[in-house]
Amino acid sequence: MEKFANWLRRYSLAIFIHVLVIALWQFWVVLGDVPSYVAPTPVDTAMAIFSNYDWTRNTLVTAAEIFGGYFLAVIFGVGLALIFSWSRILSSTFMPLIVSANMIPKVALGPIIIVWFSYGLWPNIMIAFSICFLPILLTTERGLSEVEPDLLDLVRSLKGSRWQIFTKIQLPGSLPYIFSGMKVAVVLAVAGAIVGEFIASEEGLGYLMLQVQVTLDTAASFLAVFLITLVGVALYAIVLILERLFVVGDRRLEGSY
Amino acid sequence: MTTDAFIRLDGVRKFYRSRGQEFLAVSDVSLEIEEGELVSLVGPSGCGKTTVLKILAGLHPHDGGTVTIGGGSTPFDATRDIGMVFQQSLLLKWRRIIDNVLLPAEILGLPMRPARDRARDLLAMVGLAGFEESYPYELSGGMQQRAAIARSLVHDPKLILMDEPFGALDALTREKMNLELLRIWSESRKTIIFVTHGIQEAVFLASTCAVLTAGPARMADHFEIDLPYPRTLSMKTSEKFGEYTRRIYALLGME
Ligand SMILES: Nc1ncnc2c1ncn2[C@@H]1O[C@H](COP(=O)(O)OP(=O)(O)OP(=O)(O)O)[C@@H](O)[C@H]1O
Ligand SMILES: [Mg+2]
Repeated sequence: MEKFANWLRRYSLAIFIHVLVIALWQFWVVLGDVPSYVAPTPVDTAMAIFSNYDWTRNTLVTAAEIFGGYFLAVIFGVGLALIFSWSRILSSTFMPLIVSANMIPKVALGPIIIVWFSYGLWPNIMIAFSICFLPILLTTERGLSEVEPDLLDLVRSLKGSRWQIFTKIQLPGSLPYIFSGMKVAVVLAVAGAIVGEFIASEEGLGYLMLQVQVTLDTAASFLAVFLITLVGVALYAIVLILERLFVVGDRRLEGSY
Repeated sequence: MTTDAFIRLDGVRKFYRSRGQEFLAVSDVSLEIEEGELVSLVGPSGCGKTTVLKILAGLHPHDGGTVTIGGGSTPFDATRDIGMVFQQSLLLKWRRIIDNVLLPAEILGLPMRPARDRARDLLAMVGLAGFEESYPYELSGGMQQRAAIARSLVHDPKLILMDEPFGALDALTREKMNLELLRIWSESRKTIIFVTHGIQEAVFLASTCAVLTAGPARMADHFEIDLPYPRTLSMKTSEKFGEYTRRIYALLGME
């Protein structure tokens, strides 16, 4: 019961602030007499769903790019960090390369990516992946190295194996770090996929935004932005739920986002 | 010198090597400890107390002298006969207290069912009955340290090494924990080596007190504390107690 009251208090506040912002936006447009090509009202924006832009398909395409790139980034980011934590040589060989490769502005690579991969889902998945993979790698690596030396001594005094140290101490201890990297990566994956669509795509919400800008259909443009945001928030929510499930015993997580 | 002491350190020496330099941390430590003793190890900060404990735990090789544990009648298995307690409780914050206590049993691959029962008993012994399913953050510092003590006992080791286990606690909790430790010691009959900066604590707990010189450590002196067990806080004001503390202060060059 108390739990439910807490839940209600927390989420009602979250919902309230969102509704409030949308209401303020509506008032601002209506009272300020803002032309609809500058800023449509929330209602106009919602109504744009009935225009024939194939919202479902475009949303699914963008979602597939975001989720696909993100999923790859989690697999590779966490996987490489694990490998690097086991092998100093691999780490000091490849980390510098990974860091400098990540400095390459991915947007600038757009034209080359089109040449290599042509149009379609994959180039955008790759761009989303390449943008959001580094923070996951870095935070995981950091988390795995964050072990109290005395705790290692405790395990070693019992002749515990490297594997035991890894599974019982390092890996569970690194989960909070992994998740904070994964949260940052959500934002980057969304940005990456949309940038990709801007550069090289024939479908998806980002591509759609470019199309409707030509006809000054700002309401549709806003709806596209809204749907992109929705996909991002959904991904973030999944990560948040996984974090609650996997990171236990950490009071600092209570009520955090 | 008796040859059947449980622990024998003889002229132990230890260098640390870092950046091509050798640093003498322990120069000459000799000590004999009988089974079931509670030995307090005192010395100035940085003199090498932790180093001595780590050598005993088999975590560091030593560079000179001999270390023998388990002489005579008591066999000693270096893998499973050592329990450790540190200044920080080092509980894993994602594990419930009972699962934290079980960590050494898991590492040693002991049968879990009896280990779990034993962990429960130990938690009751250290006064944490009812907190088995709690997470570390739900416990106070003193309670966390009790859990760490229970963890050091779960695999039934013969030797417990404690490195300033109460150093992070407030004075009042520390006194309470001292009494608790004496009770736990008398109930479990373990050999305990207890490193501390507290001269009072060292005298109050120990059956034998070993004093190290400023680093690199040499044995300044070691002597029996001839106060009867069970010890009570009122003994701290006794004449004899005062003599022992003065003796230690003198050895540390503070008088
Ligand atoms: N891993 C190490 N590498 C190099 N030098 C070390 C290492 N560990 C300790 N030392 C040095 O050895 C000396 C003894 O250290 P030790 O930790 O044993 O002292 P201590 O008596 O436990 O001190 P304290 O009471 O402050 O805990 C110190 O001068 C320290 O700098
Ligand atoms: Mg120390």
